[in-house]
Parts: sequence; structure tokens; C-alpha cells
Amino acid sequence: MATSPSQTAMPTERSQSSRVLDKAFVWLTGAFAIGVGFVLLAIAFRVGTDALPAIQKFGLSFLTTSRWSVNDEVFGALTQIYGTLVTSFIALLIAVPIGIGVALFLSEDYLPPRIKQPVVFLIELLAAIPSVVYGLWGIFVLIPLLKPFGIWLNTNFGWIPLFSTAPSGPGIYVAGIILSIMILPIIAAISRDSLVAVPAEIRQAAYGLGATRWETIFQVILPAAFSGIVGGIMLALGRAMGETMAVTMVIGNSNSISPSILSQGSTVSSLLANQFAEAGGLQVSSLMYAALILFGLTLVVNVLAEIIVRRFSLKL
Amino acid sequence: MAFSLSATRWGFLIPAFAKQVPCLTALALGLAACSPQTPTAPPGANAPAESASPAAGGGATLSISGAGATAPNPVYQRWFQEYNKLKPTVQISYDSVGSGAGVKRFLDQTVDFGATDAVLKPDERSKLPADRGSAIQVPTTGLFVVFAYNLDGVDNLKLSREAFCGIADGSIKTWNDPKIAKDNAGVTLPGDAITFVHRSDGSGTTDIFTKHLVKACPNWKAGSGKTVEWPAAGTGAKGNEGVAASIQQTKGAIGYTEFSFAKQTQLKTATLQNKAGAFIAPTPEAAAKALEGETVPADFALQVPDPAGKEAYPIVSLTWMLLYEQPKDAAKAKEMAEFLRWSVKDGKQYATELGYIPLPDELATKVSATLDTIKVSAK
Repeated sequence: MATSPSQTAMPTERSQSSRVLDKAFVWLTGAFAIGVGFVLLAIAFRVGTDALPAIQKFGLSFLTTSRWSVNDEVFGALTQIYGTLVTSFIALLIAVPIGIGVALFLSEDYLPPRIKQPVVFLIELLAAIPSVVYGLWGIFVLIPLLKPFGIWLNTNFGWIPLFSTAPSGPGIYVAGIILSIMILPIIAAISRDSLVAVPAEIRQAAYGLGATRWETIFQVILPAAFSGIVGGIMLALGRAMGETMAVTMVIGNSNSISPSILSQGSTVSSLLANQFAEAGGLQVSSLMYAALILFGLTLVVNVLAEIIVRRFSLKL
Repeated sequence: MAFSLSATRWGFLIPAFAKQVPCLTALALGLAACSPQTPTAPPGANAPAESASPAAGGGATLSISGAGATAPNPVYQRWFQEYNKLKPTVQISYDSVGSGAGVKRFLDQTVDFGATDAVLKPDERSKLPADRGSAIQVPTTGLFVVFAYNLDGVDNLKLSREAFCGIADGSIKTWNDPKIAKDNAGVTLPGDAITFVHRSDGSGTTDIFTKHLVKACPNWKAGSGKTVEWPAAGTGAKGNEGVAASIQQTKGAIGYTEFSFAKQTQLKTATLQNKAGAFIAPTPEAAAKALEGETVPADFALQVPDPAGKEAYPIVSLTWMLLYEQPKDAAKAKEMAEFLRWSVKDGKQYATELGYIPLPDELATKVSATLDTIKVSAK
């Protein structure tokens, strides 16, 4: 029953092969991490070089004009940039309060685990629905459902520029609502994970100081989970700006800018989805330019998120 | 921060089934799928009688791949399926990625054949490397574009040239406009606004439709092409199926779509006035009349933007397949030529059934003759 000498030596001395394996593992994971970054750069480079003819021809006027004429080879993406920003904004406006609310409800012990688990599961399942299914649901269910509401908004609040056009079915507001449903599970799941990850000691300390449950949630737990929640929102915003299929199916694809959210519009991704397959020459290059702008928009959003997180997150 | 649907989180679902079906546990844990339940029968064991048909390559399966136009996709898929029943060793696959992408893949030689709704331009022809010979362009079937609409109580809408031009350019805004009412005596037209539905994606259907508008409408200024700047503030929908769905959803909507899609979705279609002034209902027979009596150029680039025939339906076009004169793989090219000969002869019934225009006999004969110029002899 004598223990072997090697077993007692284990904590201080490791075998040669184990150390080599350790090194190799670090190198391997490092290579993966760099590889992902490299793929991103390679895509950006390729999109950039393909966009070059359009950048040279239109320059910054591409961002400020909205004519898109294949026959005359004149391209401007203002409508699409505007549409992307507005639909994403509507989506966040709806999904952020609901998503964080859902996350709070599911991270606190309001529900017994037997009921809570299936609810969490169902919300996460929303993220697994293919976007084309969302689009079809949008065309056949959401648009007929929202149209009376849109008409009501237009007749009663038509004097507000936001509701100044009569809705014809598809439109920017439909796209925004579809997007909010699509990004809701991302916000809810990530926010819930970061809320659950707040150390129990912090909560107990707050209670110990005499804070009520609401004070604990709003002044301690939420600020502590802030960076995680913002991270989730940014991931969701990225999805909203890049979402293609569902938006293309419900936005109306009209090349016009209107202050009204009831009007039809288009987004950068829907433009790409619509035109890429049959494009040629300068049109391809202009589409690449539009893709590059979407790339840039996402980058700006992420940088902003990083700044927000650094400035406002609770130091633990 | 993990956002994965992890096994531990799903744990509450697993135990109930896991005991009986170990396979499910493996799936839930993200492992590879279980081994197939039924062993596949050895090839040839199930149909010994049919294996008698001689095939190039000595009985081995020949996979031919192509890509291109979306409009003829339904009839192509049907043809490949039927042809595969006749010759089980020949499998043809087709990506309906659009005419532009089809031409590009054909010129890049990543497919065995291409398909397009718009004929090859000279500069596209010149891009094909010399060792492939010249590009051979043969028509496969005819398409025609209809106005589909959604209007309660109006089953047989007649549109004069003036009327449909006005709808397309947005100058006619309501259904009871005198220009529409003039030719629809006895029909009560509502005062509803017209929603014009057009394609949002680049499309051969738009190309065919706008080519006709250029000829038929004096006030049409947007030109023609796969993507145009629509003067009317209409709704853009992706794909023929998107247009059909939009029309179905919206009361007072009218849009253009391939006849086969309108037929599938059972939308009401308008009777149009042709060049001779006659009102023609959209039927494959009337559309075939548009192709009759036209002289066909050597590259089959026959365009009928505004057919002159008295009984011809006005918005008609051919659709083409692209082949290499000197193919890389002679065996595949030989089979493909065989298939095309079959499609313009025995395959016609499927075209008619799906709402396409079968090629007139005279044209079919010319296609067969052209297919003979493909160099299929093994080197």
C-alpha cells in the first residue's frame, strides 16, 4: 500500500511532457485568438479594396445623397444609413427596458426554479428562430396586426412629423418592432447572466445596511452588472444593424427618406441583400462602400459602448 | 457572459427522455449525431431494370452543376427531377442565385452551365478564356410577366397601355381613375389608392417588364434594367414570392410577377392591351404567339419587347442557358446537351404545366442543331 514517490513529488515538480503540453495549449489558443482578428481584418481589407472605385468616384457625397440609379451609375446611401439607424433605435427603445426587466425578474427569486427554468429556456429559444421565419411572420401576422394601429396613429397624431404618412403595410416601424423581438433574447439572456454573476456578498451587504429590495436592485445590483448589460445591448445593436432577411421582408424597400416612421424605407443590409446578386461594375463597388459604412457604424457603436462602460461602471 | 444554451441549463428537459433514448442525450450534449438507423441499400439493388439505360462514364453517377436565373427555377428543378427519373445516373443541380451571378460563375468556370434572363453582352463574351471556345447560348423556355392584383369584386380587370403605364409611373393614383374605368364598363371600381408593388432585388423579371414599358409608354423615363429607379412611391418586395405575398396582403395592390408565380398563388391577373390594340388575357398560348414569326439571330438573342402579333400577349421574353463550346469535362457536357435536347422536346409538357411557354418547334430544332457544335469528343 506504499504510495509511489512520484505521487508525493507531484505538487512541486511536473513532468516534461505536461509542461510542453501546457505551452502548446497556450500557443494554440493564442493562434485562434489572433486568427479571429485576422479574419476580421482580411474581410475589412477586401471590402475596402472592392469599394475603392466607388470611394474615388463619390467620396463623402455617398453619405449625403440618396439617389441610387443603376442606369446612370449614380449612387448614394443616405436613405439606407438613415433607415439602419432609425430601425435600430426603435428596436433598442423597445427591447432594452423589456429585456432588462425580464432579466431582473428572472435573476431575482420571484419564481420557483421549476417555473423559472422553462421561462428562461423559452426566451432563449427566441434567439434560435431563423430570421426568415421572423420575416414571414412579419408579412403574414405582424403587418396586418399593426396596420390598424398605424392608421390610428396617423389619423390622431398625424400632426407630429413622426406619424405624418399613411401606413401602407410594410414600413420602418414594422422593421423596428420585428428587430426588437429578435434582439430581446440577447439582451435578456446576457443581462440575466451578469445580474446572476453579481457576488452574493454585495447583496447581503446592502440588506445589512438597511436597504430595501428595490433600493438593492436599482442602486446596487444593476450598477454592479452595468458593464455586462451594456455589453449585451451592444451585441444586440450589432445584430439589429446587421439584420438582413427579416428587415428586407417588412420594410418596404423604398428609396426615400421621411421623418415618419410609418413610411417605407430601406437599410444598408436590406440594400445589400436586394441588389448584390444581380449587381455589376460600379454598383458592386458602391454596395461594398455601403457595407464598409455599416462596418464603420458598428465599430463606432462598440467604441462608444467601451467608453460608457469605463466611465459609468461600478468599481468593485 | 455565456449566451450558450448549455446542457446544464437545459438539464430539466433531459431526464424524462434520456433513459429510453440515449441518442437524444448525445444530441443534447452537442455530440455528433448517432449512427444511421437503417443501412442504405447497395446501389443498383433496388432497380435493376432501369440500370439498363447506357450512361456516359460507364454507369457511375454524373453530377452536373449550374447556377443562374431565379425566374425559370421552378421549371428547371422539375426538369432535372424528371430527367433523373429517366436517367438515374445523371444528377443535375442548380443554384438559383440570379442571372448576374449565374453569368459570373459561368465566366469564372466554377459551374458546368450558367443560366440567365438577359442575353450575354459582347464584353461578357470576351471574358471567357479562349481554351473554352466561345460561349454557347441556347433558349430553354419562354417567360411572361403579368399584372397581378388584389381588388375585391373585380375579377376581370382590363388595362389599356395608357392605364398600366400610368400605374407604373405613378400618375394614376386611384382605382376609379377614368383611364382605368374607360375599358372596364359595367365594373364598379373602388376609390381606393393603388399600391404598386415592384421587385426590390435586381431581377430579370424587372428587366423584361421595364423593356416593355420603354417601348409601350411614351412617358416612361426610368429606362430599363434589372434595377430601376421607380417613379411611383410603391412597395418594394424581394423575389417573385415576395411580390406575390405583398399583393395578397394588401387590398388595392397591383404588381408585376412571373406568370408561374401568379398561377401558384392564385392571384387575379389583368388582361393587357398589346401593340395592335387588342386586349389579351395572360395565357401561355397567347404568350407563345409573341414568339411566332420572329427571325431568330444566330446567338438566339431574340428580344420581343413589344410583339406586333394581333393575338400576342405583350410582355414576353426567352430565358437562356450558357454552355462552353470546348468544355473541360466532355462527359458532363455531352449529358448536358442530351438533357437540353430532351427538355425542348419531351420536357415541354412540364413547362406548360408550370405556366411557362414551351419553345416553338422551329426554335427547338435550331437549339438541337446548335448543341451539336459543342465539342464533346474525348481528347
